Amino acid sequence: MLTFLLRRILIAIPTIILITIFVFGLQHLLPGDPLLVLAGEERDPQVLEALREKYRLNDPIPVQYLAWIGNALTGDLGTSFRTNQPVLELIGEKLPVTIQLATMAMIFALVIGIPAGILSAVKKGTLTDYVANTVALSGLSIPNFWLGIMLILLVSVKWQLLPASGYVPLSEDWVKSITTMLMPAFVLGTALAATLMRHTRSAMLGVLTSDYVRTARAKGLKERAVILKHAFRNALTPIVTLTALLFGELIAGAVLTEQIFTIPGFGKLVVDAVFNRDYAVVQGIVLVTAIGFILMNLLADMLYVLLNPRLRGN
Amino acid sequence: MSIATDPILEKRPENRVWKKFRSHRSAMFGGFLVTFFIAIALLAPILPIPDPAATDWGAVRKAPSWAHPLGTDEIGRDVLSRMIWGAQASLLAGVISVCIAVALGVPLGIIAGYFGGWSDAVISRCTEALLAAPFLILAIALAAFLGPSLTNAMIAIGISATPIFIRLTRGQVLNVRAEDYVESARAIGLSQVRILTRYIFPNVLPPILVQATLTIATAIIAEASLSFLGLGQQPPAPSWGSMLNTAKNFLNQAPWMALWPGISIFLVVLGFNLLGDGLRDALDPREH
Repeated sequence: MLTFLLRRILIAIPTIILITIFVFGLQHLLPGDPLLVLAGEERDPQVLEALREKYRLNDPIPVQYLAWIGNALTGDLGTSFRTNQPVLELIGEKLPVTIQLATMAMIFALVIGIPAGILSAVKKGTLTDYVANTVALSGLSIPNFWLGIMLILLVSVKWQLLPASGYVPLSEDWVKSITTMLMPAFVLGTALAATLMRHTRSAMLGVLTSDYVRTARAKGLKERAVILKHAFRNALTPIVTLTALLFGELIAGAVLTEQIFTIPGFGKLVVDAVFNRDYAVVQGIVLVTAIGFILMNLLADMLYVLLNPRLRGN
Repeated sequence: MSIATDPILEKRPENRVWKKFRSHRSAMFGGFLVTFFIAIALLAPILPIPDPAATDWGAVRKAPSWAHPLGTDEIGRDVLSRMIWGAQASLLAGVISVCIAVALGVPLGIIAGYFGGWSDAVISRCTEALLAAPFLILAIALAAFLGPSLTNAMIAIGISATPIFIRLTRGQVLNVRAEDYVESARAIGLSQVRILTRYIFPNVLPPILVQATLTIATAIIAEASLSFLGLGQQPPAPSWGSMLNTAKNFLNQAPWMALWPGISIFLVVLGFNLLGDGLRDALDPREH
């Protein structure tokens, strides 16, 4: 397990280096002096000179990259010129909000997606399967920001059941925190539920025709036990891996969901940064999400090995 | 002998695929939805509808009526007309960005898969790096740095979708490369270019076609999302995403403004998804 883990980390290193090159390259997409990217609206010649010195902007691009990566390695991803806060600190501040949203969304997705997928596979070809598939495909085709708008219209404006926007920290009032987050989490969770349902269905279909399921049935086990203990446990491996990989979709979906429900999280930070031309923040966010995604990948690989005893030996 | 009665031609795979596809009801429905929206987008200039940018301060946020079947927006523009013109932006963005992704991704995937070695290592690592950033975050970042416009949104979405095609093509090429017919092509001394274009490419095409159709659906949602955030089509030019962006400020007073753009995005995306699923089933040789 340890060597496996080490090998995976070693493979991840070139990928991370490439990501940093890419993120660094972003600032060169902008027309004009990259200094203006780093400085934002700051035009004080002294500050500009200090930044030029810090990022070695008079040196060739490879040297500039090394200076940038050197700072990044020490956790210095630059400063947001809007709030004057270090980018990493800003991200750290907003991340818990999005983690709460993402966790709640994932719970929705799992609770809806997995049972629907199992049911649809077990009842393949029946009306239940057809309905589940149609709902899932619709879930994939509805833009989640529109779903959010429609829910606000219905639940908040018409029925006045849940607040349309805002955020209450968990530590302040957990009941209020969860109820405010309910609608955004549902919106974010539905798209993932659809993906999960489709994957659970195909994983289950692959397993249900296998010999051990037939054996389990032949020895007279109850259908429920056959499906949950024998079939589902074996279908679980790809599902767990997929769940970890849905992290990217969660973060991307959070951008729009937070925008609609005005939740002050990571996603709103991205959009605000884009509009304020706070490029250091945009770069920092891409870097942090990408590395987060690689870590989730690593976690998925580890879970894969843990769940599949056959892979444990090597 | 006429083509229709040719016993050999009858069994050609294309015909089987078409037959299978035609009997796939949901795929045909998807095809209908897609055709409908393409027709609307193409016919927009000649349809008897008001100018999508014409404002009418006497008819601000009017509910649907005979004069304005889908109502008017916050500065009195006809929502139906903007919907129809908006179809152009959405479809164009979906198709062009996928063309960009295919044009970049397929050749790179073929090179990586066919030649292997260093080119494979470099291309695959770059693909992984690009795949590590979530699709929409990457597109937002690219659109932000390139500047907000429909063209840049298409480029951003196209580049963000490229790694999907590199990975898919590479995998397919690896499978096809090991086939006997490629081995024989090599054995009779055909050139690399000929092997790639005549033997490898046609055989990796079907899954790419399926993926392209499904990616158009994703790209349309991505364009709507970017426009919703203000990073796509710029006002006053109409786009479904930016219409939703404005509509969310008038939910109380003019809910119809939010209804139609969303339904259109849903239907056109559903259309491409159904079409893609149908193509996949029809092209899958195991299902014949």
